[in-house]
Amino acid sequence: MLGKLTWSAIPFSQPIPLLAAGGVALALFAVLGWITVKGHWPYLWKEWITSVDHKRIGVMYVLLGLVMLLRGFVDAIMMRTQQATAIGHAQGYLPPEHYDQIFSAHGTIMIFFGAMPVMIGLMNFVVPLQLGVRDVAFPTLNSTSFWLTASGALLVNMSLVIGEFARTGWLPYAPLSETSYSPGVGVDYYVWAIQIAGVGTLMSGINLVTTILKQRAPGMGYLRMPMFCWTALGANMLIVAAFPILTATLAMLTLDRYLGFHFFTNEAGGNMMMFVNLIWAWGHPEVYILILPAFGIFSEVISTFSSKPLFGYRSMVAATLFIVVVSFTVWLHHFFTMGAGGDVNAAFGIATSIIAVGTGVKIYNWLFTMYGGRLRFPTPMLWSIAFLMTFIIGGMTGVLLAVPPADFMLHNSMFLVAHFHNVINSGVIFGAFAGITFWFPKAFGFRLDEFWGKMAFWLTLAGFLIVFGAMYVLGLEGMTRRLQHIDFTEWAPWLYVSVGGIGVMILGVASQLIQIVISIRHREQLRDTTGDPWDGRSLEWATPSPPPAFNFPVLPRVHGEEPYWTIKRKALESQGLGDEPDYEAIEMPRASATGVVTAFFATLIGFAMIWMIWWLAALGFVGAYATFVVFAWRDEEETRISAEDVARIDRARRASRQAWLDAQGEQPA
Amino acid sequence: MEDPGTRAPAPARALPDAAVAMLLLLGGCSGASILQPAGPIAANNRTILLDSLAIMLAIILPTMIAILAFAWWFRAGNDKARYRPDFVYSGRIELIVWSIPLLVILFLGGLIWIGSHELDPAKPIASRTPPLDVQVVSLDWKWLFVYPDQGIATLNRLVVPAGVPIRFRLTSASVMNSFFVPRLGSQIYTMNGMATTLHLRADQPGSYYGQSAQYSGDGFSDMNFRLEAVPAAAFGRWVAGVKAAGGLLDAPAYAQLARQSQREPAKHWGAVQPGLFDLVVAQHLPPAPGPEQGRDGQPQISPGTAE
Repeated sequence: MLGKLTWSAIPFSQPIPLLAAGGVALALFAVLGWITVKGHWPYLWKEWITSVDHKRIGVMYVLLGLVMLLRGFVDAIMMRTQQATAIGHAQGYLPPEHYDQIFSAHGTIMIFFGAMPVMIGLMNFVVPLQLGVRDVAFPTLNSTSFWLTASGALLVNMSLVIGEFARTGWLPYAPLSETSYSPGVGVDYYVWAIQIAGVGTLMSGINLVTTILKQRAPGMGYLRMPMFCWTALGANMLIVAAFPILTATLAMLTLDRYLGFHFFTNEAGGNMMMFVNLIWAWGHPEVYILILPAFGIFSEVISTFSSKPLFGYRSMVAATLFIVVVSFTVWLHHFFTMGAGGDVNAAFGIATSIIAVGTGVKIYNWLFTMYGGRLRFPTPMLWSIAFLMTFIIGGMTGVLLAVPPADFMLHNSMFLVAHFHNVINSGVIFGAFAGITFWFPKAFGFRLDEFWGKMAFWLTLAGFLIVFGAMYVLGLEGMTRRLQHIDFTEWAPWLYVSVGGIGVMILGVASQLIQIVISIRHREQLRDTTGDPWDGRSLEWATPSPPPAFNFPVLPRVHGEEPYWTIKRKALESQGLGDEPDYEAIEMPRASATGVVTAFFATLIGFAMIWMIWWLAALGFVGAYATFVVFAWRDEEETRISAEDVARIDRARRASRQAWLDAQGEQPA
Repeated sequence: MEDPGTRAPAPARALPDAAVAMLLLLGGCSGASILQPAGPIAANNRTILLDSLAIMLAIILPTMIAILAFAWWFRAGNDKARYRPDFVYSGRIELIVWSIPLLVILFLGGLIWIGSHELDPAKPIASRTPPLDVQVVSLDWKWLFVYPDQGIATLNRLVVPAGVPIRFRLTSASVMNSFFVPRLGSQIYTMNGMATTLHLRADQPGSYYGQSAQYSGDGFSDMNFRLEAVPAAAFGRWVAGVKAAGGLLDAPAYAQLARQSQREPAKHWGAVQPGLFDLVVAQHLPPAPGPEQGRDGQPQISPGTAE
């Protein structure tokens, strides 16, 4: 009836996961109870859970990502403290079978359920606004993508208390991940969570590529798109090209594990290096899927706060596309040490360092964007400057690792761990924080508190430098990664430095949380009435904050690279907003429960397949398909927003703009 | 698990061990830093690492200074800085910003090409002394070293003559590991059903930390060993001592050894079934089993139920 699932799946003898799960469950019940008591369910269901509005979905993606980043950060704290307390004869507080799950979960959660949702969420929110359109190409598909990602995140977190998570590392290298060496359900949790979330990511990629290619405001040619749209296009083209590789690879692993195939086994002609090649053929482009949107964010932020257009725009576009193409030709640098020989290693080493040319060009163009600018330094700009300074170091150590003889010494060392955390933190995470503080007022109508934002910035930066600075040294001292305890005591001092650094980072994370709470409490003082709090340059700032469901009452006509900047200049020169447009009724896609219902059934499928509860898996498949059929036969596709409502909302926006214009007129800048 | 070697008479073992211990004190080398090479491969790897670093720092340091300088000088409050909102493109600057990274990569590319070939792990070390053959099998979770020409084998302890190139051939009994002695240089993967080749040399006698650099499961953290480099004469005496100590590593003993175990103490066998390593590579000796099954015959599903 319940497949492999028995009471022994719940680790009653393990206090740490039980307490953690108990705490999470308690918090969850508290939140759900509060929602029920306050009667917020109808609002949440109508306005958020079933919403197909790209802005709402973007916000939910970012929220999911932030919660999962916190979850992954707790894993990070456990890893640092375990290593610092397990030196010499000490064994720390986490036995290997638990520690191995933690570092596997840390990587999986941070990449798939932390960084990816935050970046996809920001793209979802910003790209249609910047393109001057009303939604993405396929709004209901967008909602389904989000809920499938949430479903994957749920499965990973369920593994904490029901069964176990993979003990293989965040990429389940065969043959360790095959049934002979990992007979438990851990790898199955990994496979099904990633497969379900991966389908969501792939659909989201198709959606955004289609949106950017087919749905731009009139006059917005490709070379007039904001840089963020370009990097989003690059990242999503990479998703479309790379994620099927991941899906196929994990499908083969699933066949090995469930049906006794031999794609990657030791026996019967399986080849584990095929798994390693395939997983990195996806894995390396994945790095650029994460970093390209961040590059776009930095471009927008640095240009806005330098009060200048982006320097060398076309060169930046070329560098982005260059990175997109080259990122598919470098995967072998993840395993130079397999003994492939000089020619192969040299070819992939050179290809890898060539990709740094694209990034180098970008760094210089950001540098010259600042040159001759008038720089302001609110929190998003601080994150961006810190990115420039630290990403260069991460890029440099990356190129060092691309030199095969150096990699033979540094492969899988703490130096490698320091390198990829250096680039992902200073690139993706700093980028995410820059983007969130930059676009937060657009999404919610008020800015984030600057004091706590700056506290968070300095503490996170300091903690990051200490933790990963120490790891660079440890790598040079010969320490390898993923050690549950450390026999070699000479590494102890740097492990203590590293754990001290994580203490500083905890303060940084706390500041982030305080920042959100303080900002919500002071939202009236922080209110953004104009819709343009940063003196922005692209079309998202032409809308009120938060934008109405339809974004633009009339689709803007684009005449140059910085459409909103041009509109603003014209308004300032003429001291007028221009004539009021003729308002017409707008058709918007209807809210739909398709996404959340499909994801519910997908979660059932995943859970049932993990525990081999075949009837439940069948039920899940039937349910998911039925949901699709119901959606396909829907009667009404759209709702209508009347011309009066559109006019009323836009007149309010025009009034606030006029007030701003009058204020500018009184004190000419 | 019983190792025939442990049943050896005490005096036979004491001799080589004492010799090694004394030499270690004389050598006085420990540590695992890759910046303190103890052999030609590690030294050359380090040279390439530092050269690459120097080439890149030559560009990166000025860039970092420029970032800080531009950010400071062009701050909004600085009246002396000229605001140039129209400075958005310069063909000359674009030419330079594409050329600088390209030139750096041109230099590095040369270094990568030459380095990859010169320091290919499979390339023999030029030497007047013929290399010593050592066959390495990574097991869950310990290292087996077979000396085919001497007909002996050791576990978790690798004794080699200093100054003599070692020609390693490596494979794995089960999952992938990476054989790595940081102070001697290059690491290489061990993979079941495949053999890799690696050449290393320890220039001076000493004891060097060795480890697996590829996570391989629960016992991974204990997969480290000592590589002890001793003078050639002492190596001969050590081999003789091991041979005299007896013990036979044949296919049944190997099958027993291949079962999962952690924290195995160092041990040795005075005789090895000929061609044992090749039998492992060719999978005539089947891949090692994974974890033993749980109490009720079900695969283990959580830490709480792990047996």
